[in-house]
Amino acid sequence: MSNLPFLRIAPTKGYIRLNIGELWEFRELLYFLVWRDIKVRYKQTILGVLWAILQPFTTMVVFSLFFGNLAQIPSDGIPYPIFSFVALVPWVFFANGLNNSANSLVQNANMIKKIYFPRLLIPTASSLAGVLDLVLALLVLFGMMAAYGIFPTIRVIFLPLFFVLALVTALGVGFWLSAMNLQFRDIKYVMSFLTQLWLFATPVAYPASLIKNPTVRLLYGLNPMTGVVEGFRWSLLDIGNSPDALLIVSAGVSLFLFVSGIAYFRRLEKTFADVA
Amino acid sequence: MSQTAIRVIQLGKNYRIGARQNKADTLRDLITQSARAPFRRAKGVLSGEAYGAADLHTTFLALHDVSFEVPFGEVVGIIGHNGAGKSTLLKILSRITEPSEGFAEIYGRVGALLEVGTGFNPELTGRENIYLNAAILGMKRAEISRKFDEIVAFAEVEQFIDTPVKHYSSGMALRLGFAVAAHLEPEILIVDEVLAVGDLAFQKKCLGKMQDVSMTGRTVLFVSHNMPAVTSLCSRAIWLQKGNLIADGPSIEIVGQYTQKTLATASVKYWDNLENSPGQDGFKLIAVSLVNEHAQPTSVINVECPYYLNIVYHVARPDLTFRISAIFNSQGSTAFTSIQPNETIHPQSGFYTTTLEIPNNLFSESTYSLDISVFASRGKKQHYCREKEVVAFQVYDQMLGTSARGDYVEGMLGLVRPLLHWQPPQPSASPSFLK
Repeated sequence: MSNLPFLRIAPTKGYIRLNIGELWEFRELLYFLVWRDIKVRYKQTILGVLWAILQPFTTMVVFSLFFGNLAQIPSDGIPYPIFSFVALVPWVFFANGLNNSANSLVQNANMIKKIYFPRLLIPTASSLAGVLDLVLALLVLFGMMAAYGIFPTIRVIFLPLFFVLALVTALGVGFWLSAMNLQFRDIKYVMSFLTQLWLFATPVAYPASLIKNPTVRLLYGLNPMTGVVEGFRWSLLDIGNSPDALLIVSAGVSLFLFVSGIAYFRRLEKTFADVA
Repeated sequence: MSQTAIRVIQLGKNYRIGARQNKADTLRDLITQSARAPFRRAKGVLSGEAYGAADLHTTFLALHDVSFEVPFGEVVGIIGHNGAGKSTLLKILSRITEPSEGFAEIYGRVGALLEVGTGFNPELTGRENIYLNAAILGMKRAEISRKFDEIVAFAEVEQFIDTPVKHYSSGMALRLGFAVAAHLEPEILIVDEVLAVGDLAFQKKCLGKMQDVSMTGRTVLFVSHNMPAVTSLCSRAIWLQKGNLIADGPSIEIVGQYTQKTLATASVKYWDNLENSPGQDGFKLIAVSLVNEHAQPTSVINVECPYYLNIVYHVARPDLTFRISAIFNSQGSTAFTSIQPNETIHPQSGFYTTTLEIPNNLFSESTYSLDISVFASRGKKQHYCREKEVVAFQVYDQMLGTSARGDYVEGMLGLVRPLLHWQPPQPSASPSFLK
C-alpha cells in the first residue's frame, strides 16, 4: 500500500510551479482533446476540411487583387499570390490558434467545473488542432509554387523552426487570453480586433523590406509573427533577410510570452472552477 | 486495513460573493469612477487577482473547519441539505477547486464522478465519446480499449455506438456516461449526486453498480439525497450543515438523525398536553412511536427485522367504541393500511396503549410516513382522530442476500416487498396444448 500515490491538497499562494510530470501523465488526454477539436471542427459542414484551405486561399485572392494588382505593393520580385500565400499559411494558423485557445476555457467551462486535469491542456489542444490545417495549406502552397515554377531550396529544412516559433507565440498569447477570458468575457470582443490589428502589424500583405531603418526593423521584431513570416519567406522563397537580430528579438519575445503566459495561467488556474 | 485513504484537516472554503459598490456622491464622481474602473480592474487582472477582488468584500463560507479521516475500503456517505457544502467538499477533494483553509491528504488514485458524461460532445459518436470521456476521467487508452465492449454492453447502446450522441435520447446519453464512469478503477472513488438524474430503473442500476464497487474494497465518498441508498451502501455517514460537519458516525444513526430533522417528524411523536393533542369527542392521541425489538425508538429500519408501532391514547368517556388504523405512505402513495380487526369498546375512561407488530420483509427501501386515523363505522359513523404524518422512517436493505431481493441488487418496483417463497424450477413434460 505504500506505493500508492500521495496527494496533499492545501491552499496555494502566488505563482505555482509548472508540474511537468503531471502534464506528461495526461499526454493521452491532450491527444484526445486535439483529436476531438479536429473531429468536431468541420462536422456538419458541406465543404468539411476544405475550409482549412479556403480560408487562407480566399484571403490570398483578395490580397492579390487589392494589394497586389490595385495598390501595386512590392513583393520582392515574387508573384504576389505566392508572396502573400507563404505568409498567410503561418498567419492563419497563428490567428486561428489564438482565437480558438482564447475561447477554449470558456467553451470547456463545464469540464473545468466537473473534473480535474491540468487546465493548460485545453488551450494547448486548441492551438495544436490547427496543425492539420497548416499542413493542408502547406500542400496547397507547394502546389501553387510548382505551378509558378518556384522550387524551395535546401533552406526548407529550417521551416519547422519557424513553425515552432508561431506555435509557441500562439500558445503563449493563448494562455494569457484564455485565462483572462474566463473571468472577463470582454476578451471575446477584443479578439477579432486584436487579430486584425496584429495582421497589419505583420508583413503579410507587404514585404518587411519596406522598413529600411535598422533600429525600426529591430523594434518590428518585437512582433514575433514578423520573425515567423520573414522566416517562412526566407526558407521557402529565398527572399528577404536571412535570419538576423530581428529573429532573435522575435524568438525572445515569443519565449517571454510563453513563459509569462504559463505563469499567469498557473496563478489563475485555481480560480477557474469558481469563475467558469 | 486501518490505513488512511483520506485525511481531511480543518478544511474550509470561502467564496467571495456580492459586490460592495463604491458610492458615488456626484455625477462627476460617478464618471471619474467609471472611467477609472477599467484601469483598476486591468491592474487586478494582470496581477492575477480573482475577479474584481477589490470590489468584492462579502465572503461566503461554503465549508468550514471540516475534519475527518477515512480508512481504506470504507464507504462513506455525505449527507446534508442543498447548499450544505457537500459538493464543495467533493470538489476540493477531487482538486477541481482549491480550499482556502486547512488541507487534505489522499493516498491513492482518485476517480471523481461529479457528473455523468463530462465532456461529451454531441457531434461525436458514442464510440468516440467513450474514448474521450474515459480519457477525461483519467483512463489510459489501452485500458479503455480493453473495457470497451463491457462499457457498451452496460450502457445498452450497441446498436447506436456509431451514431452521433446528439441523436441519442437523454436516457441513452446518460447510460453511456455512467457506463464509462462505472468502469473506472481508482482506489478512491468520489461520487456526487449522479444518481439523481435519469429514470428510476436506471438509478437503481447505478446503485447496483455502486454496490459492486463498494464490495471490492475500494474507498468511496458518496454524496446523495437518497437515504436508503446511503444506509445500504455506506457503513458510515457524514452530515454537513451550512458548511460545518455536524455529525459523523454509523450511517444508520446519522441517517436517522438527519431524517428526523428533515422530515420534521421523528420516530417518536407525543403531545404533552391533552388540550393540544389531536382527537375529538373524548378521544385524544397522546403518543406514537416506532421501536425495534429492544424497545429503542428508531427511524431507520432494517427491512429484515420486525418493528413495533406503539400508540398511546386517552379516552375521556366510558364505553367509547372505535378502531385505530395506521396508514403507511411512501412516494406520495399509500402503500397499505392496517386496521384493528374490530371496533373495541373502552369501558373506562383513562389511558390505553396498543401495539402494532410490523413483520420483517414487508417494506421496500424507501421513506415511509404514517397517518393515524381513529373512527367508528358501526352504527353511528364517527371520526375521532385523523392525524397525518405522525411519524416517519427510512427502510434500508443490508443487501446480505437474505431479504426479498435475494442476490439481486438493482431496481425493484413496488411500495412493499414481501418475502415470498419460490419453488425451485423442475423439468416438466411439454404442455399438451402446445402445437
